[in-house]
Amino acid sequence: MSRLYEPAGGWRALETGAAWLLGALWILPLAYAVWTAFHPAAYSARFDLSAPLTLENFRRAWEAAPFARYFANSFALVTMVLASQFVLCTLAAYAFARFEFPGKEVAFVLVLVQLMIMPDVLIVENYRTMWRLGILDSIPAIGLPYVASAFGIFLLRQTFKTVPRELDEAARVEGAGPVAVLLKVYVPLARPVYLAYGLVSVSYHWNNFLWPLIITNSVGSRPVTVGLQVFSSGDQGIDWSIITAATLMTSGPLLVGFLLFQRQFVQSFMRAGIR
Amino acid sequence: MRNQGVIGWLLVLPAAALLALFTHWPVLGTIWASFHATSRGGRPAPWVGLENYQVMVADEVFWRSLWNNVWYSLGTIPVSVTLALVMALWVNSAMKGRTWLRVAFFTPTILPMIAVANIWLFFYTPQYGLLEKVTTSLGFPTHNWLGTESTALACVMVVAIWKDAGFFMIFYLAALQSIPPSLAEAAALEGAPRATYLRRIVLPLLMPTTLFVLVNAVINSFRLVDHIVVMTRGGPNNATSLLLFHIYQVGFSFWDTGYAAALTVVLLAILAALAIGQFVFLDKRVHYQ
Repeated sequence: MSRLYEPAGGWRALETGAAWLLGALWILPLAYAVWTAFHPAAYSARFDLSAPLTLENFRRAWEAAPFARYFANSFALVTMVLASQFVLCTLAAYAFARFEFPGKEVAFVLVLVQLMIMPDVLIVENYRTMWRLGILDSIPAIGLPYVASAFGIFLLRQTFKTVPRELDEAARVEGAGPVAVLLKVYVPLARPVYLAYGLVSVSYHWNNFLWPLIITNSVGSRPVTVGLQVFSSGDQGIDWSIITAATLMTSGPLLVGFLLFQRQFVQSFMRAGIR
Repeated sequence: MRNQGVIGWLLVLPAAALLALFTHWPVLGTIWASFHATSRGGRPAPWVGLENYQVMVADEVFWRSLWNNVWYSLGTIPVSVTLALVMALWVNSAMKGRTWLRVAFFTPTILPMIAVANIWLFFYTPQYGLLEKVTTSLGFPTHNWLGTESTALACVMVVAIWKDAGFFMIFYLAALQSIPPSLAEAAALEGAPRATYLRRIVLPLLMPTTLFVLVNAVINSFRLVDHIVVMTRGGPNNATSLLLFHIYQVGFSFWDTGYAAALTVVLLAILAALAIGQFVFLDKRVHYQ
């Protein structure tokens, strides 16, 4: 937006004040959680600037549940989903952007169905499918329904369509086959979109909860979100300091990544949101 | 060009197969299963016709969940979308501290919903939580915010607004940055005041974004129940049970998959209606009216 229509004078002060108030309000629950997690339980709801800082809550949370395993599971899940999504969505998007084949329009509409009806709502039937496949309580079972992502196909198709045909043809003249053209011309030009989609996908699957909760049943396959829930609803009593520490711990990797690269994060989400 | 057709299909095939297996097939399977009872003891489920739907019509928890979901959508979406627009206008202006503001608004978005729910659960805790600390210090009587039927749903809605507004802000921010500066210059030449510029130029140009955000917000409100699982488990007395949460309970706490399938059909019908509505709407009213 142009700088012409900035608020001016007293109005400007008023808007700035309101914006800061809203910002403070927005950060308050998180700041409260940080306070609780880094102070002894005695100070969990008593605000005293001289209260001693401690990492004890994190240590006790880490020891009270197999979080290392949960983290490894989440990491494996996110890696598997992202790698498969990149491959499958790239191939499909390439076909939809640059090939003519019978039934293309119908196939594309069938892909778009998933934008509306996401795997999150098909839990009952997908659970049965996983049972039939014999892979209940496994990391692939958590990721599989999401691997062919309509959102990814759509986003990459839009990007591939903007690639000039001349580049494509030049590569073909040099004798490159369709897959070589895809890898040499299309994929490199779409790099920012891959980054954007990757960030959105990683945060989605790191944070996903209901489906993993249903499909997993043991320490060996639970991601951190489910691990956190099992931990905090278990026999911890209600020690909020430890639960809050565990909560921050599970969101830690994304939170730290976001705070370090917040401009790239925001821009990636923006890029993924423009259709 | 036969060759092209073959290659095209080969490229689409892996994604199409998985989509068919985990989206299209389950949709059809859900409808099919909704006419069957739940299979017990390894025997195939018997056909029961519309019995599951008759049960549904008489199921008070279903109606309660459906209405809760309607109120939840109506209560959260307008507020979070309006806040998102205001946030985007602020973050996009030359305001002091706007980088800091952007971080503050966006941070809830990248946290897992379950972490968010835990943080707010503590916030709402009777006696120990921050909310109670503030209200009791102001002299109000103590109140169990999540444990009381009349306030529980509103509390859950606040959490959804807090988490979603920053996410929707991003879409508005992207749209605002794509408005050509020449429009503002032209408006300024005409002497249009700021309110006129915002109402007559910015808002209409943001219409496609608004529609996109609204559709996504409605889908989200039917798709995401993580916070319900953590904060209230649908209680007290089903006051915070949403449709998907009811499906989850029927399907995976009571293991009544036949009935859960019938409930899922209702949810699918809502999402399908939304999709058709968006399709009809999309080409018409969205741009510049």
